[in-house]
Amino acid sequence: MSFNYDQYIRGGKLPHIWCPGCTYGIVFKSLLRAVESLKIPKDDIALVSGIGCASRLPGYVDWNTLHTTHGRALPFATGLKMAKPDKKVMVISGDGDATAIGGNHFIHACRRNIDITVIVLNNFIYGMTGGQHSPTTPIGHLATTMPYGNVDPNFNIPDLAKGAGASWVGRGTAYHVPALDKLIIEAMNHKGLSVLEIINACPTTHGRRNKFKNPTDMLLWMKDNSLPITAFDKLPPEKTAGKFPTGVLFKKEAPEYCETYYGLVERLKAQKAKGV
Amino acid sequence: MGTLKLLQGNEACAEGALYAGCTFFAGYPITPSTEVAEYMSRRLPQIGGAFLQMEDEIAAMAAVIGGSLAGAKTLTATSGPGFSLKQENLGFGMLCEVPCVVIDVMRGGPSTGVPTGPSQSDIMQCRWGTHGDHPVICLTPGYVQEIFSETVRAFNLAEKYRTPVIVAFDEIVGHMREKIEIPDKGVIPIENRRRPTCSPAEYKPFDETKGDVPPVADFFSGYRQHITGLNHASDGFPVNASPRIHTDELRLMRKVEANKKDIIRYEEYLLEDAEVAVFAYGVSGRSGKNAVEQARAAGIKAGLFRPLTIWPFPEEEVAALAARVKAIVVPELSLGQIIYEVERCAKGKCKVVGIYRVDGDPINPTQILDKIKEVK
Repeated sequence: MSFNYDQYIRGGKLPHIWCPGCTYGIVFKSLLRAVESLKIPKDDIALVSGIGCASRLPGYVDWNTLHTTHGRALPFATGLKMAKPDKKVMVISGDGDATAIGGNHFIHACRRNIDITVIVLNNFIYGMTGGQHSPTTPIGHLATTMPYGNVDPNFNIPDLAKGAGASWVGRGTAYHVPALDKLIIEAMNHKGLSVLEIINACPTTHGRRNKFKNPTDMLLWMKDNSLPITAFDKLPPEKTAGKFPTGVLFKKEAPEYCETYYGLVERLKAQKAKGV
Repeated sequence: MGTLKLLQGNEACAEGALYAGCTFFAGYPITPSTEVAEYMSRRLPQIGGAFLQMEDEIAAMAAVIGGSLAGAKTLTATSGPGFSLKQENLGFGMLCEVPCVVIDVMRGGPSTGVPTGPSQSDIMQCRWGTHGDHPVICLTPGYVQEIFSETVRAFNLAEKYRTPVIVAFDEIVGHMREKIEIPDKGVIPIENRRRPTCSPAEYKPFDETKGDVPPVADFFSGYRQHITGLNHASDGFPVNASPRIHTDELRLMRKVEANKKDIIRYEEYLLEDAEVAVFAYGVSGRSGKNAVEQARAAGIKAGLFRPLTIWPFPEEEVAALAARVKAIVVPELSLGQIIYEVERCAKGKCKVVGIYRVDGDPINPTQILDKIKEVK
């Protein structure tokens, strides 16, 4: 039975803005399947974004959606969540949006461990502005602002999230779609701040400048250079050099911010009732 | 009779917010506005509201907009560099018509400037700080009691006109302690944003056919909607074509401009027969009042025009004033900002003379009195 995507897509808002060969459409469909399987009512979920190609996704989905300023999706989402802690709040972002201009908000949302699902579509480039290098553009790759090859060191997004205190960290790719569905579901089911990095491809502004002949080659690059974390961990370093692990990379139990804050509110209420 | 309290201006501001129904504060520590955050951090958890100290000023402004979109009355408070940092998201709030209140306790600048000293040099930033054309409502209380009442009014205006409202006062009145009366609940009427009565299917967040201030639906209330900082159509979705952008920007401006009578508030003191007027707000308005009284005692017909709403600027009132006095004296804690507006409205009908000070001290009444004598 084919999946009914139309139930989540806003009438008249497609076609999307993404270029031919862009992998964001793959993620878009995976996200809708995940939400369907979680049975979250459309009225009870908000999807918040900043600026960039990834940030245009909320406009197509029939939820409560908010397209904000560059890098700032997380604090807007934090405001929504603190005002309505029983609702589901998600953020969709890109590598530049989340870790460059929004880097401070990213690490502090992780530290706070507020119950927001953060999905970072890492396509290794600033796509919307035409191909400038981002904090994840591989060293040596060409970008419009690195015409001699990128010399600017990288962030590893899952490491950054883990180090900053996120309680669930995962990585998927646009190539490994069934696994991606499961990762999105697990990220959304996690209570606390979850960060899911999804490796994506931007053929238009990254691939064609960097010796990828076509979008398919970029998807095959994901296949050839990734390893499930279970396999990755068992291999010696020389076997994993240049490859990246996928799957659930880290999770821990940690107090969720809204629960802690509203727990305090309840304690104060009880104290007042007792006349303390 | 309400409750009498001895409060600092910043504390009175927090009390005003709570009186108006504020249940959400997000901020970042910065002198000289921090007491607003400290007060709210004590009070909001007691009433089940949300208090957030965010990672920076930008985040605080964003969180306040997010909280408001979820239906809360929200507040942030800042000063100097923090106000500069808030400008981008303040513009988002204006374009997306999100009610919220921003307190700017003005300190010396530019840059780190004089964090502990008073200033009135953010007043043009209040009007033009964020990029693009936009309407602004900005209130300028000068007494602790007024900081309370004007903060209540700021929330009411934010709700009524569906826009961020700025309350700008200086460090002196922010930190000054005065006796104030907090009225009993209900004494000051409280406005709440108009919510839709149509079905969710029919709802459009920026439906100009519903008036210049279209109804607001809260996130998660069943009225699913899209809000974007891109110029948008009445359904909230991006447009980049004429004439929609033009007509919608005109509507944004009109909802403030066409309601100036409701928004503009000021005090006129001894102006009926005045030959010299002092135009001053905030702490300079207090000095102005004293100077005018001293001038009257010396037989000089002086009066005070003290705006409580600085934006939209009381253009008609200042133009009328200029037509009947010899001179307007404009004392301000800057090197001359609001005087440009006074000159613009006076249109050369009277002399307009500034008194400027940026050394961290207030303009004292004697300075103003000397100028009144000079121009009379």
